[in-house]
Amino acid sequence: MNDKPKIIIGLVLFFAVFTFPFWYNHGAASSAPEPKLTDKAKQARQCVRDTEFMRKEHMQLLDGWRDRTVRDAQRVYEIDGKEYMASLSSTCMDCHSNKADFCDKCHEYASVDPYCWDCHTYPKEKK
Amino acid sequence: MENNRRSFLKFAGVSVLGLGSLSLLDGLTSEDVIASSGQASAEETYKKTKNALTAKRWGMVIDTRKLTGGICHKMEKACREAHNIPEHENKKHEIKWIWDAHYKHVFPGKTDEFLVERLKELPIPVLCNQCANPPCVQACPTQATFQREDGIVMMDFHRCIGCRFCMAACPYGSRSFNFRDPREAIAHENKDFPTRMKGVVEKCNFCAERLAVGKQPACVEVSNGALVFGDLEDPQSKVRQLLKENYAIRRKQNLGSNPSVYYLV
Repeated sequence: MNDKPKIIIGLVLFFAVFTFPFWYNHGAASSAPEPKLTDKAKQARQCVRDTEFMRKEHMQLLDGWRDRTVRDAQRVYEIDGKEYMASLSSTCMDCHSNKADFCDKCHEYASVDPYCWDCHTYPKEKK
Repeated sequence: MENNRRSFLKFAGVSVLGLGSLSLLDGLTSEDVIASSGQASAEETYKKTKNALTAKRWGMVIDTRKLTGGICHKMEKACREAHNIPEHENKKHEIKWIWDAHYKHVFPGKTDEFLVERLKELPIPVLCNQCANPPCVQACPTQATFQREDGIVMMDFHRCIGCRFCMAACPYGSRSFNFRDPREAIAHENKDFPTRMKGVVEKCNFCAERLAVGKQPACVEVSNGALVFGDLEDPQSKVRQLLKENYAIRRKQNLGSNPSVYYLV
């Protein structure tokens, strides 16, 4: 056990390097962005489903819309007696016409890169 | 109990197994997993639009006697605008849904040495034949190409991986591949229909999106009656009436793909 000092220095160095990302970024986390609502979305008060559901599971909802529309030709989504056209471009983007402030902000923060917009159109925004 | 290595390993093994299965059970019964297991929540339902046109098997009759080059051009333009079809300058990148060709190319097996004069130079519209026995559907490894209940052979662009097996399988050359981003070459984007992305295959969809809102296909609408669209399984339909009274031919029907597009010559 003559190498005790070397081992301890090595261990300290290892932990310092290993935990570097944690303490380097500590306290630097930016707060989650709050999606901005357009006036039209504010007036409607409720989306297709309640806000909590939409926040957590809008991707599952859109997945369902997509599959049923394309594969089963069932384009109408009915919930609680209300009917909606299951369409991203014409139903979602009708209220949420501010893609940059509503969609992109959170997606960027969460580092997800949905490929919806490679094909689907969205309203042109005024800058 | 004697505390030796053997009993310690046994105990540790059983403990790990037990703890592991507990967390597995926990995972399987958690709400998130159940919610996403395909069980739609009770109150949501999907249905067809009220004014949707429906049929057992959609088909088309093309009356070449009523065709002119002008009509062909009009139909191609209507289709291009309805479906955001790009117009690339390079012919190799061309995207085709409906286009026109000469009789000898449309019906290579039915071309005679002394063909009736009228058909020699006449442009004949060609599009996806919406086969009842579609080879492209069999070739597609991801089920991106599929056949709907009403006979329409559709593309689910979300699933297409761009392998182009379907293009090799199609005997009619009705499919095109997006070698480039189509948005580069779309003059006026139609907001009611999505564009495609680079790397997917596309083709005529018999205007499924227009049938869903009670409209005839875009080409049929501007064809001055040269194209008739209807249900091939309904003996009262206009297409069946036309086929009853006129001799009609189909493209490469000896291959067994059973095309749904008929030509009156």
